[in-house]
Amino acid sequence: MRASAQLEEERVWRILKDVPDPEIPVLSVVDLGIVRSVKADRVVITPTYTGCPATQVIERDIRAALDAAGYRDIRIETILSPPWTTDWISPEGQEKLRAYGIAPPTRRAVECPQCGSTDCEEVSRFGSTPCKALWRCRACGEPFDLFKCH
Amino acid sequence: MASLPPIDTPSGETGAGAFDAPARDENGALFDFLLRLGDDSLILGQRLGEYCGHAPSVEVDLSLANIALDLIGQATFFLNYAGEVEGKGRDGDALAFRRDVLDFRNCLLVEQPNGDFAQTMARQFLFSTWQKLLFGHLAGSADATIAAIAEKALKEVTYHQELAREWVIRLGDGTEESRRRMAEGLDWMGRFVPELFEMDDLAVFMAERGIGADLAAFRADYDAQAQKALAEATLEPLAEQRPILGGRRGHHSEHLGHLLAVMQFLPRTYPGAVW
Repeated sequence: MRASAQLEEERVWRILKDVPDPEIPVLSVVDLGIVRSVKADRVVITPTYTGCPATQVIERDIRAALDAAGYRDIRIETILSPPWTTDWISPEGQEKLRAYGIAPPTRRAVECPQCGSTDCEEVSRFGSTPCKALWRCRACGEPFDLFKCH
Repeated sequence: MASLPPIDTPSGETGAGAFDAPARDENGALFDFLLRLGDDSLILGQRLGEYCGHAPSVEVDLSLANIALDLIGQATFFLNYAGEVEGKGRDGDALAFRRDVLDFRNCLLVEQPNGDFAQTMARQFLFSTWQKLLFGHLAGSADATIAAIAEKALKEVTYHQELAREWVIRLGDGTEESRRRMAEGLDWMGRFVPELFEMDDLAVFMAERGIGADLAAFRADYDAQAQKALAEATLEPLAEQRPILGGRRGHHSEHLGHLLAVMQFLPRTYPGAVW
């Protein structure tokens, strides 16, 4: 690959890293793993949940960010397969979630994002958005959202 | 009961089922097939949406709204694709909001009224158990788009099925009243299970091409899963009832028209309205 093309792609990645997720604005679309690849002529994205209402907003926001940076010719392509998984949330994204008060997805014991205790219980398997469940910490008594493994 | 012929047999020379034989060309068949998949999800999504703000508890309200969202998401993918296949410039919205009741191809189960919460959960359990098995097969469909939608939705449907299964058990093995209501809900909804496995001309046509699934292949698995849950719920197995067919050919119960009247009101009253 020519150096200039590579630089262009890196620039596009940097632009996308500043596009926030509309539901969880501390995370960028890159942190969430929504952006699957960047090529000279296109950005490939994948929806999180099939019915996530944020999907259309995300595409619009990415379009606006690319347009604003002068990349009007780059098109946005949506793919479904392989299906999105929370494993694609970057380690940086997981930290941002925790700092925001949402427990990041984990296959081990759930940790309270407020006090760090693992003495937690599920209140409701569905939360305020399809991707979250409602939990409560028995140690500090605080309720919190858990980003579900998916 | 079992000896009675199903109501609305697809092969009738006259009367029900005769006037709308599925299109025989590949494209027309694929379009009809996609309507079946998309309409199932759309209509059940709309039904569950009726609970928004009315469920027995806030947690259940969130659950049902989230399941509805997943289903409407599936419908969007299937119906948008159906519109592409059809090639007449209709998208998912046009298919959802500007078709009338006879053009819908969903199964009768999903259009049944919510009834009480037990009846709603009976419907959800019977449908999600089937949809999970179906999507497991469709994830290997010869049609790459159908395979991708099914593969993605499968993760979500697994969740729906688990939630509904837990409620069937909780209500069945609950108080005298919750048990009675769940048994009644299953009786109401159980009549529409045979239709889920109906292999009519179109279903056979799609299965032969590796695009659709041979529904008979997972009937035994379905029955086993249903009976296992009902046994755990200390409920009787599903009673054998006279099958009611017809939804796949546009012959619906009276409930669908009312549902569509609500769902389609806004786009029909203000054509072309956008946010």
